[in-house]
Amino acid sequence: MEWNWDHAYAVLPQLLKGLVITIEATIVASLIAYILGLAIAIFKMSKSKFVRVSLYWMTEFVRRTPILVQLYVVFYVLPDFGIFLEAFTCGVIVLGIHFSTYTSEVFRAGIDNVSKGQWEAAKSLNYNPYQAWKHVILPQAIPPMIPPLANYLITMFKETPLLAFITVVELFRAADQYSNSYYTYLEPMTLVGVFFLIVSIPSAMLAMKLEKKFKPIKVTR
Amino acid sequence: MNNIIQFENVSKSFGDLKVLDKLNLEVKDGEKLALIGPSGSGKTTILRILMTLETIDDGFVSVNGEYLWHEKNNGKIIPASENHLHKMRDHIGMVFQQFNLFPHLTAIENVEQPQILIKKRSKPEAKDKAEELFNLIGLNDKKDHYPHELSGGQQQRVAIARALAMEPKIMLFDEVTSALDPELVDEVLTVLRKLASDTDTTMLTVTHEMNFAREFADRVLFFDAGQIVESGKPENIFANPEKRRTKEFLKKFINNVN
Repeated sequence: MEWNWDHAYAVLPQLLKGLVITIEATIVASLIAYILGLAIAIFKMSKSKFVRVSLYWMTEFVRRTPILVQLYVVFYVLPDFGIFLEAFTCGVIVLGIHFSTYTSEVFRAGIDNVSKGQWEAAKSLNYNPYQAWKHVILPQAIPPMIPPLANYLITMFKETPLLAFITVVELFRAADQYSNSYYTYLEPMTLVGVFFLIVSIPSAMLAMKLEKKFKPIKVTR
Repeated sequence: MNNIIQFENVSKSFGDLKVLDKLNLEVKDGEKLALIGPSGSGKTTILRILMTLETIDDGFVSVNGEYLWHEKNNGKIIPASENHLHKMRDHIGMVFQQFNLFPHLTAIENVEQPQILIKKRSKPEAKDKAEELFNLIGLNDKKDHYPHELSGGQQQRVAIARALAMEPKIMLFDEVTSALDPELVDEVLTVLRKLASDTDTTMLTVTHEMNFAREFADRVLFFDAGQIVESGKPENIFANPEKRRTKEFLKKFINNVN
């Protein structure tokens, strides 16, 4: 089998379209993962044991089942119950929910890392809870969260080909369609790999830079 | 003189452990009080209850003539609302064993921010006040440093300035030198001595520094097992303690110190 540049050029426009879908899916899914993850983290600090325990089992359930199975259930099974969602919508919701169970841990660790003494100091200065969150807790909690959150973004980007299985024509499925039509996998799949690398290597380097920049604030005694 | 603080039959337990048992305590306006006693005897809990960091199980606490943990509603006494606690906290400031400076702010920002947020002072007003306090604590040259760039003693002095900037009627000092290396203890105590002699702020200090307690306090309270065992002028408590438990406790310290 030899590399054929004609195939490479021919598949390129479809791959670029697929790449746009891949990036869109990553962005929307990560927004869901971040917002929902923060909400889970906050509710996991709830005073109600019922809320905490239910959330624990919900997140365990989502995390311990494969994304692919979740995609199939949402896309192929929910319609039986009268819930019809577009493939792209299904995909980003499933990816977003799946990763929210991981990002919630990042948020929780970040918040837990701010010592109890900081809350007490804020309270002793008569900060209300909103002022304490805004001016004391979050400014300390957020910087150490940024590198792991950036890493999850890259991981989600790499998981988007799973959406191909529920008919989303993202980067991988775009290549796959071409391959099936012209019986050549070498050029399309190589290019898919290259595209993923072109995006994820610089992102990973950026994440490493962020890690250096946002080292947790030192507290000396 | 009026009592600025009053505890009436206050009890507090942590699980099975009773840390305060029907405690009665009166503190006069402007009084400087030293609370001494073995660890776990309830001294720190008294300060934390006053700062509203711990609730009480039973009894009444009054601050500045008003109930702290209760309020009156149509003649009935009900548990204090968050609004009431917020109003009452205005009278009280606290300095902690672990300093608890905000690490993401510089020393002077630590002193300015609460003034701007809570006292609604303008930035220049807050800055003037902060600079005045940095003079008092002798840290003018370090005011733009972050807490992690300061020694423990310096951080604690900033924490004192931060609490003072809010101009509370009552200042609570919770073992403020216990986390410090021995050579840094004095710089913090010097600030406290200056405060005690220069201001009419009511001050409650939980301390294990007996020599300091002797000079600083108008009155010394010896605590054991959630009770005030003995209270009186420092010269009496330290020279002629009446109770056996006080004697035993002090003996350990006198042996160590002298």
